[in-house]
Amino acid sequence: MGSIISAVLIVSLIGLAFGLLLAYASVIFKVEVDERIDKIGEVLPGANCGACGYAGCSAYAKAVVEDGAPVNACSVGKDKVAEQIGEIMGKKAERSVPMTARVLCGGDCEAAKDKYEYYGVPSCQAANKLAGGPKACQSGCLGLGTCVSVCKFGAIRIENGIAVVDEEKCTACGMCVNACPKNVIKIMPKDKKVYVKCNSTMPGKVVNSVCKAGCIACKLCEKECPFDAIQIENNLAVIDYDKCKSCGLCGKKCPKGVIIKN
Amino acid sequence: MDQPSIISLLIAALFTENFVLVKFMGCCPFLGVSKKLDTAMGMGMAVTFVMAIASMFTWCVNEFLLVKYNLEYLQTIVFILIIAGLVQFVEMVVKKIMPSLYNALGIYLPLITTNCAVLGVALLNVQNGYNFINSILYGTFAALGFSLAIILFAGVRETIDEKDVPESFRGFPIALISSGLMAIAFMGFSGFSI
Repeated sequence: MGSIISAVLIVSLIGLAFGLLLAYASVIFKVEVDERIDKIGEVLPGANCGACGYAGCSAYAKAVVEDGAPVNACSVGKDKVAEQIGEIMGKKAERSVPMTARVLCGGDCEAAKDKYEYYGVPSCQAANKLAGGPKACQSGCLGLGTCVSVCKFGAIRIENGIAVVDEEKCTACGMCVNACPKNVIKIMPKDKKVYVKCNSTMPGKVVNSVCKAGCIACKLCEKECPFDAIQIENNLAVIDYDKCKSCGLCGKKCPKGVIIKN
Repeated sequence: MDQPSIISLLIAALFTENFVLVKFMGCCPFLGVSKKLDTAMGMGMAVTFVMAIASMFTWCVNEFLLVKYNLEYLQTIVFILIIAGLVQFVEMVVKKIMPSLYNALGIYLPLITTNCAVLGVALLNVQNGYNFINSILYGTFAALGFSLAIILFAGVRETIDEKDVPESFRGFPIALISSGLMAIAFMGFSGFSI
């Protein structure tokens, strides 16, 4: 009988001692945390993608409260999250323009020529180190799927040898942009439907020799555009999205079909 | 009981009796937190920290309370209580005093409160009859063994991620297979003693 009592006593005493210690410690070692940080942390998507420019969702929540970071920096949660954060912070959220990633290359298996056959590690970085990858075009998408593997939202797939972005799923977090060794993926405004699906700055003659779907800098689009929104820069058509009205006239003129309207 | 030398404790804890790969304790964080090298290192550090402190406290409680009152059969439940309370306490202290260390360990600390490796080391210290110093050393070395295993494994997993693994083996299955292979390699150390 005595041993049961001492057992109960000792276990309860240890429990009590730790309970008191923890209660005491929670007062002594209390760290003041702004409760808004937790609230913002709850509304954020929690993908920790880093598109906002901070280390993760909790780091961004902290930056909003403590350093006055903009409330609309979360490109994953978009306007809805920005509004909620704005409510918590008592600020009005400015509408952020929805963005999307786009792969600026149309050089799929049929269109683009290869300069060698690649049998290495299926990673664009690795292939890029071997004389700039297997494609004859130095700027084109290698299609080995490094962007697919870094995308946390399943928004990219490889289709016929080039990466394709699903704009519905894309949150413009920019992970693929950073991962792509060819810098062929760009973030652009989603509502601007027209874009140039080529990234090559080589002269037209060279482009013609390596790819059927490359911009040859013929300037037909430049002449066609009624808003003066498209220019040839460095042998490549570049659209100024401040001027572009997404009419798609340039795309109809393009002899190579490089200018796409979604 | 004879107390082993530091070197033999170290060799035993790191290789011949490696907690994860030979004794199969702490498999859950070993598989769960080994996707990336830096998180694996964070976990290793947190485990080392907790196991050293837990060995110290459980040894004291066992020696001065349980043995004294013939309550050795309560070891498991009391050790769980102590470890859980202690980790909570340490977390609070670290958060207040060393925010940078808290940021490095913070998320891992609560994960290992009731980790079987931590409880295991406390019970093994008692079973092997180690004295106070050796208990702390064994706790630390066993945790270093855990860190060694998890860091090596994280390196292996990072490499596997880039390889073309058959679809059905991708992710967890290949991780289990490679951890099994690592365990077989560590079994090679068995029987090795100083």
